[in-house]
Amino acid sequence: MADLTSNTCGIISPNPFWLASAPPTNSGRQIMRAFEAGWGGAVWKTLGQPIQNVSSRFGGIQWKGNRGVGFNNIELITDRSLEANFKEMAEVKRNFPNHAVISSLMVETKEEWKDVIKRSIDAGADGLELNFGCPHGMCERGMGSAVGQEPAVNEQITSWVKEYSSIPVLVKLTPNVADIVPHGMAAQRGGADGVSLINTIKSIIGVDIDTFVPQPSVGNKSTNGGYCGVAVRPIALHMAASLARHPEFNIPVSGIGGVTNWRDALEFILLGSSSVQVCTEVMLHGYRIVEDMIDGLNNYMDDRGFNTLDDIIGKAIPAYSNWGNLDINFETVAKIDEEKCIGCNRCMVACHDGAHQCIHPNPLGGIIPIVDESECVGCNLCQIVCPVVDCISMVEVDNGFPEASWNDHMVNGVNIRPKKGSHGYDMPDMP
Amino acid sequence: MSKLPEDRTENVFIDFKKPYTTSQALAEANRCLYCYDAPCITACPTSIDIPKFIRRIANDNVRGSAQTIFESNILGMSCARVCPVETLCVGSCVYNEMDIPPIQIGKLQRFSTDRAFEKGWDYFEAGPDTGKKVALIGGGPASLSAAHRLRRFGHQVTIYERDELLGGLNTTGVAPYKMKADASLTEVEWILSIGGIEVKTGVEVPKDISWEELRAEYDAIFVGFGLGKDSYLKGDNAEASGIYGAVDYIAKMKLEQLDVSSVKHAVVVGGGNTAIDAVRELLGVDIQNVTMVYRGGEHQMSGYVHEWAEAKKENAQVSWRSQPVGFVETDGAVSGLHCKKMDEHKKIIEGSDFEIPADLVLLAIGQGKQGDLMSGLPGLEIEWGKVVVDEHGATGCPGVYAGGDCINGGKEVVNATADGDVAAQAIHTFLTGENNG
Repeated sequence: MADLTSNTCGIISPNPFWLASAPPTNSGRQIMRAFEAGWGGAVWKTLGQPIQNVSSRFGGIQWKGNRGVGFNNIELITDRSLEANFKEMAEVKRNFPNHAVISSLMVETKEEWKDVIKRSIDAGADGLELNFGCPHGMCERGMGSAVGQEPAVNEQITSWVKEYSSIPVLVKLTPNVADIVPHGMAAQRGGADGVSLINTIKSIIGVDIDTFVPQPSVGNKSTNGGYCGVAVRPIALHMAASLARHPEFNIPVSGIGGVTNWRDALEFILLGSSSVQVCTEVMLHGYRIVEDMIDGLNNYMDDRGFNTLDDIIGKAIPAYSNWGNLDINFETVAKIDEEKCIGCNRCMVACHDGAHQCIHPNPLGGIIPIVDESECVGCNLCQIVCPVVDCISMVEVDNGFPEASWNDHMVNGVNIRPKKGSHGYDMPDMP
Repeated sequence: MSKLPEDRTENVFIDFKKPYTTSQALAEANRCLYCYDAPCITACPTSIDIPKFIRRIANDNVRGSAQTIFESNILGMSCARVCPVETLCVGSCVYNEMDIPPIQIGKLQRFSTDRAFEKGWDYFEAGPDTGKKVALIGGGPASLSAAHRLRRFGHQVTIYERDELLGGLNTTGVAPYKMKADASLTEVEWILSIGGIEVKTGVEVPKDISWEELRAEYDAIFVGFGLGKDSYLKGDNAEASGIYGAVDYIAKMKLEQLDVSSVKHAVVVGGGNTAIDAVRELLGVDIQNVTMVYRGGEHQMSGYVHEWAEAKKENAQVSWRSQPVGFVETDGAVSGLHCKKMDEHKKIIEGSDFEIPADLVLLAIGQGKQGDLMSGLPGLEIEWGKVVVDEHGATGCPGVYAGGDCINGGKEVVNATADGDVAAQAIHTFLTGENNG
């Protein structure tokens, strides 16, 4: 059994799986149930001056029969009193001293920050998370993403918090910025011990085409909300990795965004996250999803001989490079396994209409198309659309050209291979 | 058109394949791989663009989905219920290659077309009048399909039907656990709603109106009058009561209320799909012992394997390699079937006589061919009682076309529908010189 103990800037948890600050962490009761289910940590639903919410609050994207592929919300921070929240936080820590409880905070004045930090520490919180990310409602009041989008304000408030906090401080960043790096750097300058990202993405989840009201509708109006769920994971991975690989960014990252299972979580870890936070998938399926996250990660690590998370955190970072450093002379072509092909011809239509016109009907007949390898650019589209597992593989070709990047080519004049992809054929008639 | 009685024997049957709920339809539609040049289209005699109509279900465009179906097959509602999809579209789904359950195309087609009927979506209108007149002989699927297409081209059409009800075997012959007579008649009304299809029922061609008269009055003729009466067995006591042609008897079950309470042992003679249907229908009306009597072995029967498998589940009994040679009668009513055993080459084994108790016997050993009714038409060829046509449905007699069971000897509704459509397009070209494309 691998040791899954996680340490994110001094916040220790039995595993790297935390509940993100959201409805699954609304109350002490819920968090205790989550810890019993196996979650290693929980970031409390953001605390501040209690607010009044609207109904409805959530919107989900349905795609190909799957509900909640994307998800958004217009809910604000906690609507319960600070007294009740801190009392429950203390109770959780008494019952689960080895689990991580992180107090998520969002207030306005320096005095208010001082107050909620002290009460969090008194309640036994293991760390703080500053909510500089909420992109709806709270930002209209000058908080949440309104702070996260202004590096100077981010840095200043972070430094206030550090003045009062004796426990680790995470700054939760908003993805609603052009480049995440200056915002992570601002948190670091303010003294943050780590960052967590991403918060939700500003979004309109859909429109009711009968009532002409966007969703989620509040009577006959709606507003933009925060987008999350599976669909945002690639955006989150990029942002988390952008900070993790930056040479001047030196504090830990807690990764968030579209994590549904151990594999998704592992991708964040491999791209530099020390812990991983989950919300949407829990909202859709409950706390029980953590069981397989723990089991799956354990099995993965055992299979490959990794003993601790430190063996894998950031393992994919060295391979995340700029385009200009990629080897242009590396070449693959698609190969179709004739034994597995079912003759749906999706690869052929995709290649002709969406790629480089190099998959054709077999002139000798039959249902299995053929790849014109002399024109195949190795784009992967056919493999992506193929419904049969392992039927189309992308196989490396030895073209005789030594490794050469665009940068090598421009600076040192290294030879690059000739281009492929005919852009010539019409859709063939089927035999 | 005359109305059906409310109270009919077929009413006791429920759908063997239940209709999809919206959730089920969406789940199934979303499984479709949307193949390019899909094999299911090729397998469909009416070439419905199946991936297209399924994608429209998935995209919440059911109206467009049903239109896609009806554009290729105006009897799409009944075909969704009665097609042997296991051997056609569903049987050719690429998922079979992966040993994954194939897409339930028939059920999805039913979902769309039922919705279209429920909502009363209106897709078609008659074309501008061409002044040309076409007679359609027989009121079954082939003629209905042809009539609708011809109206869209703007030709005047008249259907001549021997009986009172339109729809042919769709109305009188389809197993009631697939479709009941009223659904077929609803479809007929829906097809006729394009307007301008004149219907003359109770008129038998050529008895009541001759081919010469028809040719004088119309610019073209389409013949889709199907097959004739059930074939009967000769032999001792063949006149006893309780012996029926299967097609005849099924029609009675569908259109009337029969009293079968006294039947203890029913026997169906034959090994085709009509025989299997008859067996399942008799079991369905709670006759305890229903035995199929067939001359060959299980692998020799012409009925669909998937249908026979269901009959076996429903407790059908069978006597393989058995040739009926006569009937046993008691007080003028049939009480048994006298058979001889046959070898694997369907040759009688002498001295192998046996009796099967039977107080009801249905004969599903084929129907008469009606091609000879057309023998007076110049240039027209008949082969084994079937009307000979080219790939456009044209007979050797100019202006005379044919399709459905009278050219193929008895196939599926979908084949008749396809024949009618193909012939209508050829008739349009014949009448106007236009190739409609």
